This record gives sequence, C-alpha cells and structure tokens, in this order.
Amino acid sequence: MHRLYLVPTLLINVVIIFIPAVLTIALAFYRWDGIGMPVFVGLANFRQLLADRVFWTALGNNVIWTVIFLTVPIAMGLLAATMMLVARRGSTFFQVVYFLPMVIATAITARVWQGMIYSPLSGIAGLITRAGFPVPNPLTQTSTALYGIAVVDLWHWWGFLCVIFFAALRQVPQEQIEAARIEGASFWQMLRYVLLPGIRPTITLMMIMTIIWSFLVFDFVYILTQGGPAFSSEVLSTLAYRSAFYDLAVGKAAAVAVVISLFGLATTAVYIRLQAKEFDQ
Amino acid sequence: MRLIESRTTFVITYAALAILLLITLFPIALLVLNSLKPAAQIVQNPLAWPEVYRWDNFVRAWNDARFGTTMLNSALLAALTIVLVCTTGSLTAYVLARRKVKSWKIVTFYLLATTTAPIQLFLFPLYFGFARLGLINNVFAVSLIYTAIYSPFAVMLLRTYFLAVPKELEEAALIDGATPWQVFSKVMLPIVSPGILTVALIIGLYSWNEFLIATTFLQRTDRLTAVVSFFLLSGQYTSDWGEIMAAALIIVLPVIVLFIALQRRFIEGMAGGSVKG
Repeated sequence: MHRLYLVPTLLINVVIIFIPAVLTIALAFYRWDGIGMPVFVGLANFRQLLADRVFWTALGNNVIWTVIFLTVPIAMGLLAATMMLVARRGSTFFQVVYFLPMVIATAITARVWQGMIYSPLSGIAGLITRAGFPVPNPLTQTSTALYGIAVVDLWHWWGFLCVIFFAALRQVPQEQIEAARIEGASFWQMLRYVLLPGIRPTITLMMIMTIIWSFLVFDFVYILTQGGPAFSSEVLSTLAYRSAFYDLAVGKAAAVAVVISLFGLATTAVYIRLQAKEFDQ
Repeated sequence: MRLIESRTTFVITYAALAILLLITLFPIALLVLNSLKPAAQIVQNPLAWPEVYRWDNFVRAWNDARFGTTMLNSALLAALTIVLVCTTGSLTAYVLARRKVKSWKIVTFYLLATTTAPIQLFLFPLYFGFARLGLINNVFAVSLIYTAIYSPFAVMLLRTYFLAVPKELEEAALIDGATPWQVFSKVMLPIVSPGILTVALIIGLYSWNEFLIATTFLQRTDRLTAVVSFFLLSGQYTSDWGEIMAAALIIVLPVIVLFIALQRRFIEGMAGGSVKG
C-alpha cells in the first residue's frame, strides 16, 4: 500500500499549512483579537486596508523591492557567472565565497551590517563621518531605510543566483560556444546571442521566484528597522505580523496575508501560462 | 574551453571577480576582527587591528546569550527536524518518483504550491491554535512546523535521487521475493543515502538559522534558540559590539566550517534543485 507512504508528509503539511491557511482566508472576513469570539465583518478589513496609508506604503515598498531584486542581483549574478566561465580557473573557489553569505543566519547578517557598517558610532559610516565626510545612517532616514535594508539582502542573496546561473551556463552546448568563438564573437556578443538564450529557462524561473520571494521578505526588514522610521520601510509581511501580534488585529493581518498570497498566485499563474506557451511552440 | 583569448579580458575578469570577493568577505572580516576587540576600540575604528585580544568577549557572550541552554535548544530543534523531514520526505519522494499512486500529480502540485505560500498565510491561526493547545515554547511542536515548511523542498530534491536509480534493481528485488517495504527500505534507501545526507545538512542549516517561526513560537528564556537569543542580546541587553560580534561568531563558526568542508553538497543541494526543476 504505497498510498500510506504519503500519509506522514501530507498529514503534517495539511495540519500545519493547509488548514491554518483556509482559516486565515476565513479570518480575513472577521474581526478578531486572537482571544475572544471572532465577529463577522464582511469586507470591512479589506475596505480598511484600502483606506490605510501604511498599507499602500507597504505595497509600494514590496513593488520597489521586486524591481530592485529583479534587476540588480540577477545582473550581478549573470555577469559574475559569465566571468567565472571566462576565468575557469578558481571558479570553485569564487563560487564557495560568493555563496557563503547564504549560510549565515539573517539575524546575524543584519546585526553585522547594522553595527559594523551603517552605525554612526561603531560602524564604517561613523569612521567615514569622523574623517570629515558625513554619512548618515541609511536605516534611520525615511527616504533611504528601504534601500539600506535592500543592500543587506542583496549582499546576502546575489551569490546564490550567481551559483545557479553558473551551473546553468556550464550546460550550454559546447559546440555553440565554439562556433561563436570561431566566428570572432566578442564577450558581449557571446553573452547576448549564445549564453543568455542558452539559459533562458533558468533566468525566467529565477525571475518568477524573485517576484514571489519579494512579496515574502520579512527577516531583514523586521530586524533592521521593524518597518520604520515612520513606516517608511514597512512591507506587507511586517505589516501583517505587527497587526496580528502587536495590535491584536488578527482579521486585518489575515487580510494582508491574503493580499500577499494573491500576488504569489498571480505570479505563479503567469509562469504556468508562459511555460504552456513555450510548450506549444 | 576558453571563451575569449585576449589577455586584457582575463585581467579585467579576474579584477572584477576579486572585487566581488572583497565585497563578500568584507562584512565577515569585520565580524571576526571586532569580536576580539573591546567596545571602546571598535568605536574608534572598526577597521583597526585589535590592540589587545579580548578573548573574554566570548565568555561574556556565551553567558549573556545563555548559549549553554540556547545552543542545546537549537541543536535539538535541528536534530528533530532533520529526523522528521528525512523519514517522512524519503517515503513521499519515493512514491512520487516512481508514480506508485494515481494521484502523484496532484500531490506534487500541492507540495509545490505550499512552497510559494507566505508564512503569514498560516502563521496566525497556527499561533493562536498552538497557544490554546499549550504548544507554545514546545520545541517538538516547532520542529513539526519546520517539517511542514521544509519537506516540499526535501521531497523534490530526494525525488531526483530516486529517479536516478534504475528500475531493474527494484524489479530484481521483487522477483527475489522481497516485499514492497523491503524494496524501499533495503534496496532504495541505501542507494539514495547521499541524497538523504544532503537534505539533512541543508535542513539542519535552515532550522539552525531560522528566525521568524522561532521568535514567534519559542519565547520563554529557557526555550529560545541560539539565533533568537543573539537577536535579543544585540537588541536589548548590550550595546557592546565586541560582545555582540563574539556571540555572532559563536553561532556562525560551526556553520561556516561545515559549509567549507562539505561545500559541494551544500551548493548542489541548495542551488541544484532549482536548476533541474
């Protein structure tokens, strides 16, 4: 009875993820403080969100985050991966070092950047300021807080993409590269006409995952600024967390969670359609 | 294979790769360097070499973050999660790889779908439900949450290992009179054990480093994980960055040593799945 083999995984998954997810969707239509009886309020939670400036800031920040992570780390990763292909020697060493930030806990990465780099007292920013070039702490300015966090996440993240792209690049057929080389293609021509088309499925997949992950970003924002100053770096996931556990507005938190999931769902749908199109060709 | 022959290209390439290397290592170097310094010297210049080596940073970090207890909690949590994910995951991966059930497509799709679900989609009912059942501050309960979150990844990775095993092996064992359970446990499992080891390493790393679930579900001081107690130490109890960096190094060092020793497994496991998929 091989069906029984699936029971442990599915049981744990359904109890921990599926049932609570269904409850969250239901809770989005209730007002609940987490303790008493939930009160049905229809669409009130969503209507409140639409009128909430912080919600729009958070949503906008998630969009900015998505745009940053769709461009900067993917470009860095692709460029570095191609250069490793050119360099060949030492590529294993470069890979290991670039990947290293991925295995360090987010809480630790966040604190190192906060204290050793951004801090005006103990960090590099302070050192530069004392040398006569004032550098404000990006995390304490409303205009830069989000970007300050993004830099930390970029540092932590880009090497992962680089390693993935490098693995994909090595599977580009040798003959295509040879042929282009014999015809005298330059580095950029090689990249544009041979290598990038060769790993397009991997790039597409990574872009789709980037969009999904960009709406889930939590750790770095929560640890570095908790969404501040003045909600300037708030994202949807921190807004949901704070609503549920600090304001005890679980219904509102559930509504935000539903909005986050809708973005993930839409992205997945687009991906499946793209795949289907490619399949038809 | 060489893409481009010219010397200049080589020089530029290595220079660019080296700059990226420095950017990656710089914060890590700051972490190590300042873990040995007194706070006063860090405030003067975080880049300077330590004038005196303050080894007692590590002692104070160990005591203030109660690593004696919290590291044990983290290790227990990681071990429980590894055991749960590897046992349940390998069963599921085998069935899905060999399409032993008619619904294999639906199950695969369901598991993939849960990997894209935000934690906030199930966190709140789960928290208040666990609170009602008295499961807050329970390490085993948290390891169940980790299992649910990480097992889709483990199943997908293990599936590729099962797929690589020739079907004839299974058939031969069945002809020799082995039961289906024996085929799985005596024939298949030993062959895919390298895959299980890779999964164990990565799941161990994820649970050791995890923050959001741990900080929400394990709040009592004697139940904190090492990462969360580091977070609290650096946020509330001290502003001595020497001590904070020492605490960070204590948590990170075993991870980095393990990563460098087994880098191929880590990288293939964490990055490989997404290329094949």
